[in-house]
Amino acid sequence: MTAPVMTAPASESEAAKSKKTFWTQLSASMAMFSNRKSAAGLIILGVFILVAIFAPLIAPYDPTEQNLDATLQAPSFQHLLGTTHIGEDVFSQIVYGTRGVLVVGFLATIMATVVAVVVGVTAGYLRGWKSESLSALSNVFLVIPGLPLMIIIASQFADPPLWIIAAVLGLTGWAWGARVLRAQTMSLRNRDFIQAARANGEPLHRIILVEMLPNLMALIASSFVGTMTAAVLGLTTLAFIGVIPVSNLNWGTILFWAQQNSAFPDYWWWYVPAGLCIAFVGVALALINFGIDEYVNPRLRSAGERARAMKKKGLNVNDAVTAVRTADDEESQA
Amino acid sequence: MSAEITTPVDPTPVDPTPVDPTLVGTTATVAERGGVRVPWRFIGGRAAFYLFTAWAAITINFFLPRMMKGDAVDAYMARSQGQLPPEAEKALRALFGLDKSVPLWQQYFDYWGRLLHGDLGLSISTGMAPVGQAIASALPWTLGLVGVATVISFVVGTVLGAVIGWRRGGRLDALVPITTFMGTVPYFWLGLIFIAIFSTLLGWFPAGHAYEVGVDPGWNTAFVSEVVSHAALPVITIVIASIGGWVLGMRNMMLTVLDEDYITVAQAKGMPNRRVLWRYAARNAVLPQIQSFALALGFIVGGTIVMEMVFSYPGIGLLLLSATNAKDYALMQGIFLVLVLAVLIANILADIAYAILDPRTRQTEA
Repeated sequence: MTAPVMTAPASESEAAKSKKTFWTQLSASMAMFSNRKSAAGLIILGVFILVAIFAPLIAPYDPTEQNLDATLQAPSFQHLLGTTHIGEDVFSQIVYGTRGVLVVGFLATIMATVVAVVVGVTAGYLRGWKSESLSALSNVFLVIPGLPLMIIIASQFADPPLWIIAAVLGLTGWAWGARVLRAQTMSLRNRDFIQAARANGEPLHRIILVEMLPNLMALIASSFVGTMTAAVLGLTTLAFIGVIPVSNLNWGTILFWAQQNSAFPDYWWWYVPAGLCIAFVGVALALINFGIDEYVNPRLRSAGERARAMKKKGLNVNDAVTAVRTADDEESQA
Repeated sequence: MSAEITTPVDPTPVDPTPVDPTLVGTTATVAERGGVRVPWRFIGGRAAFYLFTAWAAITINFFLPRMMKGDAVDAYMARSQGQLPPEAEKALRALFGLDKSVPLWQQYFDYWGRLLHGDLGLSISTGMAPVGQAIASALPWTLGLVGVATVISFVVGTVLGAVIGWRRGGRLDALVPITTFMGTVPYFWLGLIFIAIFSTLLGWFPAGHAYEVGVDPGWNTAFVSEVVSHAALPVITIVIASIGGWVLGMRNMMLTVLDEDYITVAQAKGMPNRRVLWRYAARNAVLPQIQSFALALGFIVGGTIVMEMVFSYPGIGLLLLSATNAKDYALMQGIFLVLVLAVLIANILADIAYAILDPRTRQTEA
């Protein structure tokens, strides 16, 4: 899974090293995935994606196949994660549920991030009423409680298609990233290097793309990951409340049925795996985010390493001045 | 660590020389000299802006429920199953401002007129009680739950993140993945697991509701302790689920800020580490945290809808769910309005705090 991601930028950037174009920039920005944390996150996410793609091959049973002879069974070799109150195989439900979660999650996140970056950076760089009206737009979307909005729209449809659920999750999810990006862009706008670029007569698109965007990458990445986490959480929450029709099988639906049939706390195999799956996807996203953060902001990566290296020499990283007085240092560490 | 400092150096030059270079200094010098002055112009501008946002949100709130198929009166007539004469439908429509013969813009102005009189309408699902009354009885529970949980989560998470960032490379670094993992678990699932473990199996906390039926509500110790014990598990759940974001955000900002030159300068001057950590590094690193505070509050308020369902907590979330199921427009609109105002107020507070702490924003925005 990670191999192509890790090798692609290297070969691409070598081929186009002579000229700095948008594509070399893009391939260079892919390098943010070539560290251990991102790789681990991508592997976990990749496993879930593979499970979603090959769900019919992996799942031993049909997820809605009832077997009234084997209800509420504990995990066994026949049913890896046990069965529900009507004998459905929980493992198969989890496998098929991965599809619903990932498709909706990615769709919603991509929509939300594109809107967030465009609105946020534009609103941050512009001044006056343009900036304020864009900010007002994102604030309006921010104050609309996402969950009730989702409930209202979902109730319009007897069986809302996946893309509508994704669109609503994206619609309610972009404002956060846009606002954070706007604030950071506003702060960047007044920094010396932007002032210098403007004084040098750099065109607007160059100031935004070359000077500002690299400084915003961490926020964009964390906004993407945050939106994805929120989308996955939002989707499963809605399914758990019972707003999304149960025909849209996902991990929240499993928890919905478990709660409806009072599976808590006795039938742990019914509700623990679904919740853990949601958490694992979240952890994978967080790991990717850690990696991106450390790539974009080398201080995050080097700070810990440097501190550990200094500690090995018996120095304390926080004693910048007194570091030379080794005896005192050892004392202060103890 | 600070024991080694022999001559404490004051960070601000108290006694400036006649040719003071800081007179022409940065915005920070200006702000420092002015003390914590309240930026009234900035607040005024923001207030106007938030009034607009409130208007837009209220307008959307007006239109959203009317986009739904079937309305409150339809649902009410269906539930009464022919026991009401057809004329009653017309009367009900007039009563709720849902009369289809009245044009939409007229309904809209009527809605505003009633809103400005503090009249949120009657709630069908709670037996024609005024909406304001229904919300007023539910709101304190939600505000208490969310407020306490969010403040604990923010303060503890930010302090923890600052300390982890300060002791970078230390053993505390292991806390980051743990809190992140807890943050990725859905609120409601964590709540259900905690109920299963701590109330059903161990019996440490009551499993739901705000207080037992037999207890008399009032300002006596029995009732207060009852409320606290019932709120403990939901609060713990929200804090554990939401603390990871604060820890991670603060730690990352600390690592960035600690590399700044002014930190090196502060340490080179021999400033106590405690002061460098809290007044120099953490003070600057906390800015993005405040930015996301109001946003997180809105998110957490949304999350309580589910939490209250799991804990059967008599707050606004539970009310909203029942209102939605009963297609109780007036109640839904009222709850929307309250949620919108709560998030707006939180935004205003965060903006003020941010403006006081970050002179750059204040300067360009005023």
